[in-house]
Formats: sequence, structure tokens, C-alpha cells
Amino acid sequence: MMRTLFSFPGGVKPDPNKEASARAFIASAPLPERLVLPLKQSAGVAPLPCVRVGERVKKGQIIAVAEAWISVSLHAPTSGKVTDIGAHPLAHPSGLPAPAIVIEADGEDAWRERQPLDWQGLAPREVQCYLQQSGVVGLGGAVFPSHAKLGGDTPTEELIINGAECEPYITCDDRLMRERADEIISGVALLRDLTGARQCLIAVENNKPEAIRALRGAIGKHREDFVVVTLPARYPAGSLRQLIYALTGKHAPVNVLPAALGVQCFNVATVHSIWRAVAHGEPVVRRVVTVSGNVRAPKNWEAPIGMSMNALLQLSEPLDDTDGLIVGGPMMGLSLPLTNAPITKGSNCLIARSPRLFPPRPPESPCIRCTACAQACPQGLQPFELYWWSRARNFDRAAEHALAECIECGCCAYVCPAAIPLVHYFRFAKGELAAAARERQMADGARDRFEFRQFRAEREKAEKQAKTAAAKQAAVMSAAAAPSEKPAPTPPSEP
Amino acid sequence: MDILTAIAVMALGALLLGAALGCAAVRFRVEGNPVTDKVNAILPQTQCGQCGFPGCRPYAEAVAKGEAEINLCPPGGEEGMRKLAELLGRDCVPLAETVKRAPKREIAIIDENRCIGCTLCIQACPVDAIVGAARQMHTVVEALCTGCELCRPPCPVECIEFRPLPETPETWRWPEVGFWKKEDVKPEMAAA
Repeated sequence: MMRTLFSFPGGVKPDPNKEASARAFIASAPLPERLVLPLKQSAGVAPLPCVRVGERVKKGQIIAVAEAWISVSLHAPTSGKVTDIGAHPLAHPSGLPAPAIVIEADGEDAWRERQPLDWQGLAPREVQCYLQQSGVVGLGGAVFPSHAKLGGDTPTEELIINGAECEPYITCDDRLMRERADEIISGVALLRDLTGARQCLIAVENNKPEAIRALRGAIGKHREDFVVVTLPARYPAGSLRQLIYALTGKHAPVNVLPAALGVQCFNVATVHSIWRAVAHGEPVVRRVVTVSGNVRAPKNWEAPIGMSMNALLQLSEPLDDTDGLIVGGPMMGLSLPLTNAPITKGSNCLIARSPRLFPPRPPESPCIRCTACAQACPQGLQPFELYWWSRARNFDRAAEHALAECIECGCCAYVCPAAIPLVHYFRFAKGELAAAARERQMADGARDRFEFRQFRAEREKAEKQAKTAAAKQAAVMSAAAAPSEKPAPTPPSEP
Repeated sequence: MDILTAIAVMALGALLLGAALGCAAVRFRVEGNPVTDKVNAILPQTQCGQCGFPGCRPYAEAVAKGEAEINLCPPGGEEGMRKLAELLGRDCVPLAETVKRAPKREIAIIDENRCIGCTLCIQACPVDAIVGAARQMHTVVEALCTGCELCRPPCPVECIEFRPLPETPETWRWPEVGFWKKEDVKPEMAAA
């Protein structure tokens, strides 16, 4: 069946560099001795630790429990002993430490009891709670809790499974689709039943023919009516809003959830982890990570969450001139020095950096207003305007030019002939705007409390006056009631 | 005769319009000065009194009446001054030298070992950010403290300290880039 695809504006075609790591099978990373598990590994609220230092844990046991709806539980990736709960370095641009649980592995890798979920007899809400307790989040990088996407008010028309994987170097979803298409299709069927979607579309870029073949084979085997849609390879085709537009023609602004438009979108790796959780009782304790770039053996590793990034990189034998890491893809990823920060649920790719592969960006020169960035922007923005206002620190004007709609895909900076790090400016402006909004909220709270305090002071004063007046009145009344007694004492004069 | 009719018509018109205006003045009466509210919304509500007025609202009233300069609020900073200038159609002015500069939000921390539970700081706090009771330990609710320092002077045992909040990955912001640093940007340029 042919489908008409809608074409989103802009986009770029960077060199894919995917062949090297896509060749080898997914390999299982050896168990490290020490695992560091940052508490906050998903969007929303960080879970609360529920183990003590010194406690022995089993693989898959909950070590931090979700306390809010937009939050998921965290599990021990292997059996061992909790040795520390405290601040540890994180793969974050700030380099600031964040609270984490450290587990010393005992080498047995012993699971707690695994119980598959008999989901067919359960209400969708119960399945959602089960997914929350299994720590399922979007593994494409946005780490939004999957259970929170389900169960909206709008009936789901299209269920989109995102296997586009448009960023260069990354091949973890490609390998997963090739090797575990069966489980992915079972997971799609589960999600179809949960959401009641009328149509299931699996989107894959046309540079992954083996993955497409594997998925189609699995669909045939399961006798399902899912459609594998082949997308023309263009970055950022795998970005949520661009993908939804390409497949359905629906435009989702930043402040509107796709669910409100009747669309649900899940990454293939997320679907796989949902199926593992439901059918095998395995929470999210491992993920597939692409290790590529300046290494001898580029490969996809299935690594436990909490493994050190440097240790994982060493497995792929980095070359001698490696001087850093890119966590995520080269377009949107984070450039860090070689770090022992842990792999988290959102880490899909590690790229070894070298001056040869990633030469330093030439110095920034003034904007010549060529509008190449506006032509490349997949969100239809005018990055040069946003840049101007961000740079002048006039963030309100930047917000008027729809800064919030920027998805930080990096297309504008990629095409800029003046080598302006546009995305960095936008992140800076967004950070300042968010801080201003936080301050505004604080100020509003402070004003309300200040006004209430004044109101309270006045009320207390009035109450006091009323009390004195009542006491006076009572004294006069009692004096009038008993005239034979000696005259009432004169009330004390007010100070 | 014509002239009398004309005068009568005009007089009647004046009376009618006057009555309409009078009614409107009573019916659509605005409580307070709306400009004051707008100014107050821009002020940071720390209630610190560094402007010389007892709280943000009194300063807002003075600014709205044109009795006070717009550059007296250090917590609001350059940005707040620029917004006030934009709202009131006044010129941008650098922050006054007399106001002391608060570079970063600091919050009050009570040394709980030394606190004697006198409640004086609770009475001084303009935003109800301190909890405690007589002869009981007091503590500052971190999220509510505006760092106005009004609780420091009344404390008889000097157990209140001011410390900046530690930065976390959630509150961290991307650093500035490029060759226009903050001091290079003239207020007029940013307001353009």
C-alpha cells in the first residue's frame, strides 16, 4: 500500500556514518563492579530512594519509588549491595553532581522473582501503573514516562512507532529492529489494544532496508495489519513533531501534546522495553547503546543502566587520539570530556571524539542575514531573528518570535556559513526565560503571602478592638443589671 | 429666536452628556490606580524595603504617581528597571548608587542549635517564610524565602545567616556566548 507522506519544511542531510556500527550484532556488555544510578532519569519528578546503604538488592528490585504521576520507579540493574546514596557526577552540560544510588555488584546477577503480567484481563489504568512501577520511559532520548502518555481523553486514531533514527552514527534502534522485530511487533499489538488506535504506523528511514524487511516479516508472522512506512532519509525526520506531520499531516505545537490530536508516538526501543516488562516481568535495567566514532570496534552494546560511560567506551577500543565523548548524536548530543558519568535510560549513543573526526568549529563571525538557517529550520522559525534578540538579551522579543517552538535540532547551526553556534544562543535564552518565569512565580507567591499577612494583621487588630468593646459593653450591662450594688468601676481609659 | 433655540439645544446636549459622564463615573469607577497594579506586577515582591519604601506596593504607588525614580529596586535589577521604563514611557536609567547591589539570591538559614525560639524573626518576615512557635525551634522554608534580610536585625542571638542556594542540574542555565557581553549591551539597545 502506498501512503502519501507530508513533507515538513527544512531539514538537512548530514553524512549518516551509520554503516560501521550497524554491521555487528548487539553485544552484551560485561557486568561492571560498580553501578551509579542517578535518581532522576526521566522527565518529571525524581523517584524517592527506598533502600538503605548496606542493604542487599536483587536484580530488578525497586530501589527508588515513583511518588508522582509524571515519574517512574528505578530498579537495581544487577544483584549486589547498596554502598552509597549521595551526589555523583552526571552526563550533564553543567558538570554538576546529582543524587544517585551506588550499587556494588556481587557478580551473581540474580533476578528477583519475575512475574509476567496477565494484561488482557486488566483495566488500562492498571497496566499504566504496572509500566510506571517497571520504570518504562521513552528510550529515544526524551525520557518521558510512557504510562503518562496513555489514557488521555481523546481517542487515539494513529499509533506511530518511531524507528526513523535520523541522527548520524546512531544505530541502536536499527539493530534492535533487525534482531528483535518479533518482540517489537508484540509490543505494538499490546499498545494498539491499550490505546484502541485504529491504525498502527511504524516509521523507518529508507536507509535501513534490513530493519524494514525484518519488521515486515514479523508483521506477516503475527498476522497483524500494521504498516511499515518508509521515510526519505532527512534529518530530523525522527523528531516527534516532524514525524507526526510527515505521517498524518497534523501539526502539533510545542504546548499541545500529540495525544490531544489523537496521535500516540513511541520509540521502537520503548515498545521493546514495554513488551519485556509486560511479557517477562523485566523492568528497564538495560538498554542498547551505540558506541561509535573514533573507535576500533564500533558496535551496539546492551549495557546495564548505571555503567560508567568510559568503561563502555573502552569495550569498543577507542583510538589513541580520542579526546572526548559525545553523548547522543552529533547534531543534538552533548559534548563532554572523557567521563565516568553513568549510562542512563536516555543515553542512546556514545561517540568517541577526535580532532580528526570532529574538527573544532571555526570562530564565530557576524551574521550576514543570508537566511540559510530559516530555510533549514524544520519548525518554520526564523533563527536569525531569534539569534539577534537572544544575543541582545531581549528574551521577551525572542519569545515573541516563538523561541519555545525551537526543538534544538541543530539544523540552523549546521548550515550557518558564519559558524554561529545558534542552538547554544537559544538554549541560553530559553534558560533565562525559564529562570525569569520561576522568579515571576516566586514573586507572585511572595506578594500573595505578603498581602495575606497584612490582611491578617488588620483582622487581628479588629478582633482585639471588638473584644475590648465587648468587655466594656459587658461591664456596663452588669452595672445596669445590679443597680443596688455599688456603682460599676469606671472602665480603664484606653492608652 | 434662532439664537435662543441654538443655545437651548446646546445646553440640553451639555446636560445630557454631563449626566451620562456622571453616571459612567459612578458606575465604572476604578478602585485604586491601575498603573500601580501594573508596576507592582513588575516588582520582584521581596518586600525588602531597599528602595526606601515599606514594601513593594508602596514603592509601586510612588512610582505610579511619579514621585519615585524607577531605578531603586536592586532585586529587580536592570531587567526590572527596563520593564518599568517601557511601561511608563520613561527613559532608562542605570541603577541608583545608593541601593546596595544584591548579585544573587541568598536565603536565610537559621542555626537551629542557637535559636532560642523568641519569634521575633517570624514577626519581621514579610512573606511568612519562617515557621516556629514561642520557645520552639524556628526554621526557614527555603522555597518561600526571598532573601530580604529583614529577619537578621531583630534576632537577639544572631543565629540567622544568608547563603546562596546551591546550584543543581535543574536550576543550572546555559552560559552566555558570543561577543556581546552583558555590560556591552546598552539598555536602549536591548529595549529597541
